[in-house]
Amino acid sequence: MTSLTAESTRATKPPLWTRLPVVHQLRQSIGLQRGMLVVGLIITGIFILTAIFAPLLAPYGFSQLRGDNGLFGAQRAPSGEHLLGTTVGGYDVLSRVIWGSQTAITVMIVAVLLSIFAGVALGLVSGYFGGWLDRVLVVVCDAVYAFPALLLAIVMGIVISGGRSDLIGGILAASISITVVFIPQYFRVIRAETVRIKAEAYVESARVLGASNARIMFRHVLRNATRTLPLIFTLNASEAVLTLAGLGFIGFGIEPSSAAEWGYDLNKSLSDVSSGIWWTSLFPGLAIVLVVLGITLVGESLNDLADPRLRSRRAPGKTAGVVAATSVVPGGTLAAGPGGIDGLEADLPAYDPHPIDDPFEAK
Amino acid sequence: MSAHSLPDVVRIENLNVTFATDGGAVKAVDGVTLRVAPGEVLAIVGESGSGKTVTAKTILGLLPETATAHGAVILSSKDGANSNDVLAVSKQKLRQLRGTDVSMVFQEPSTALNPVYTVGWQIAEGIRAHGEFSRREARAKAIEILGRVGIPDPESRVDYYPHQFSGGQKQRVVIAMALVLDPGLIVADEPTTALDVTVQAEILDLLRRCRDEFGTAIVLITHNMGVVADLADRVVVMYEGKVVEEAPAQALFSNPQHDYTKRLLGSVPHVGQGTTRATERALAREPGWAVETPVVVADNLKIQYPGRLGKPGFTAVDGVSFIIRSGEVLGLVGESGSGKTTIGRAMAGLTRVTDGSLTVLGHEMNGFKERTFKKVRSDIGFVFQDPASSFNPLLTIAECVAEPLVVHGRAANAGAARKRVNELLEAVQLPRAYGDRYPHELSGGQRQRASLARGLALEPSLLIADEPTSALDVSVQAKVLELFAELQKEFGFAALFISHDLAVVDILADRIAVLYKGKLVEEGTGAEVLGAPKDAYTQRLLASLPVPDPAVQALRRDQLRILRAAG
Repeated sequence: MTSLTAESTRATKPPLWTRLPVVHQLRQSIGLQRGMLVVGLIITGIFILTAIFAPLLAPYGFSQLRGDNGLFGAQRAPSGEHLLGTTVGGYDVLSRVIWGSQTAITVMIVAVLLSIFAGVALGLVSGYFGGWLDRVLVVVCDAVYAFPALLLAIVMGIVISGGRSDLIGGILAASISITVVFIPQYFRVIRAETVRIKAEAYVESARVLGASNARIMFRHVLRNATRTLPLIFTLNASEAVLTLAGLGFIGFGIEPSSAAEWGYDLNKSLSDVSSGIWWTSLFPGLAIVLVVLGITLVGESLNDLADPRLRSRRAPGKTAGVVAATSVVPGGTLAAGPGGIDGLEADLPAYDPHPIDDPFEAK
Repeated sequence: MSAHSLPDVVRIENLNVTFATDGGAVKAVDGVTLRVAPGEVLAIVGESGSGKTVTAKTILGLLPETATAHGAVILSSKDGANSNDVLAVSKQKLRQLRGTDVSMVFQEPSTALNPVYTVGWQIAEGIRAHGEFSRREARAKAIEILGRVGIPDPESRVDYYPHQFSGGQKQRVVIAMALVLDPGLIVADEPTTALDVTVQAEILDLLRRCRDEFGTAIVLITHNMGVVADLADRVVVMYEGKVVEEAPAQALFSNPQHDYTKRLLGSVPHVGQGTTRATERALAREPGWAVETPVVVADNLKIQYPGRLGKPGFTAVDGVSFIIRSGEVLGLVGESGSGKTTIGRAMAGLTRVTDGSLTVLGHEMNGFKERTFKKVRSDIGFVFQDPASSFNPLLTIAECVAEPLVVHGRAANAGAARKRVNELLEAVQLPRAYGDRYPHELSGGQRQRASLARGLALEPSLLIADEPTSALDVSVQAKVLELFAELQKEFGFAALFISHDLAVVDILADRIAVLYKGKLVEEGTGAEVLGAPKDAYTQRLLASLPVPDPAVQALRRDQLRILRAAG
């Protein structure tokens, strides 16, 4: 049940920061899994920092066409003045790539915020109460699954701003379409967890006590059901970036004068590819790939680390290890009697912040 | 036995097994040395975490990837022709050894068989993996072995799927799969734990025949001392990864040497323990007690689970009548599927009553409404079977125990209820400081005591305990039962105590009711039901219960055989 280890005892409960999500997993991981997580975290970190400090990092504005020496000029090769060259529209490629991260992160945040609350609430209610409401919601969600996200995004783009969007319109079009597709994902995960937890003895125990449905749902079910959320969160964030880029690429994106957007730049660089101008398409494309890769790596490694069966561990040394404490306290826990409790303290099971199923006693 | 010329079928030398866990390395087996002679039944006993299962799995090379094993496990074939060290051989060689030299019988027969293939196919799979056999030959062998393990009509049953067999028959099939290649050794990991006690007796008979007819040695892993007494020739007692005692079965039970073995044997409940206590309690009752309004009255109670579309529902409880008076403990005994848990759940309002009447604390449960029943709930406590899952893992023990107080408005929040919670924890003999721990930081027995504290928080007049000790080790079980009896005396609640184990019920109950297939077959005091059972099923149930004494158990086995032949 509890693994008794020499170094982890109750008295030394690890400090708060090591128990935070991600930090905890980072410390827990080893080998290839750690490598994947670290690479993912570095890429994601660079992406977030770039987005925050875009105004400082970018040499020019995202819609800037002229510098001190007049117009930048179109399709200039990378040079000292324009490190990554200029686009066919005469924008600086480096600046557009850096500013583009800001747009991408906004879409991610808006999309995830919009979908997470609705999805979690619906999943909880649907899974807990069941019945006809549950069936209707499940059918609706299955129907939404059949819908391509991009098609929905186009429709949203047209509805919100007639196809050619400003900053807010473009972001909303992308986020709302993603929201519609994401709600069923959150819904499904939370509903499945709720249905599982509903059958757990501690929920039945609360029902026997006469606790209200609201109390059971929020105190006993919800907190136990949210464990997998960080994983969907990361995976969906990368999908948000892809949808935004896809929208821009097919021409329903954000106007270049409103915000920088990688998909739009890729679209405009289509004709350049065949004429040997590689810098206009390479860097926005690379930005998309790296961001999606980074976030996916984080998500996948979190997923693997959350599962004790997939998690790799350090191999123990030849004579390493302490014999596990059995459930039998020598002399019997009651043998000490009410007065002899102090004697019990020495035999306390160790604090184990993440117990896994006992690997060597599958009873 | 003429086996002395042959080498031991397995010899384990100084085995160490260490697991890599998140909390660092954990040693599960610590310097174990043991040997099994041909045709011998060696029982490895111990409680959870003692390393018995890991030791047994090492013999088959079945350790998970996170484990590292050191030492030697020398496995010899049945004719003694060749020997191999399981820890050193290649994976390919290991595959050859499994099935021919050593095979395994698993705990849960329903998961050990693949549901999408016929049992004949699954047996033939093992045969064909180890040699050139035609389909026809393999099938003939499968039919033969099914017949030998006591499956009636094996020619047609060979084409049955696992779900068409009962639990006991499935375990027979699993044993047939293990025997088909005639290995010298079978490792049986808790082969009867998942089975009812009457079925258990039959499987133990079969395993005994394995030894006698096939000459197979058996390593029997179990925590049930009765099973050990019934089957084992020699016993190894394991504790915290070490062998603490090794002795022939007769000697171990009559003269245990190690303290742990003594304590283990002392904790095993046996029938007849509670009779005197029940009689004492009955005499101490006040004169008017018998005519008071009972706490629970069931009158021709029927509970049906709805069936699938077009199929009739399943009747779990069929016309059961009983009463529980105030301060009385009714023990409800029955095998799986007898409806005992359903009755308990109906009394707590977790399952609906279909027909008849069930009155709990003056409230009719047939067609009850949650709103009117909620007030009654504060007078009912419930203790669940599995202490591991009956606590919300994200709340501390103090918060969990305070839940009933908060829900029924006796305290504003868990903090305000802390004083009362501390009293309750002390009542169940847990240190106050345990209130600040999370459920997974407590052992099984400690959790079950916290569960009792929660059940008693509102000082209910009725407590429903659904198999509260069946997930616990025997020594822990003994302590929890003792505590339960003490609390019952102190608080004076009436209780429904549900269990599949007659001996456990006997310790606590004033009266015992025996359920069989949804019907109440016998009811009475412990002395009546266990001393002189009238119903044939109760007699069989009682006779099937193995007692931890090889000599007595041999006598009981013969009695059971006569009973079974008569029934």
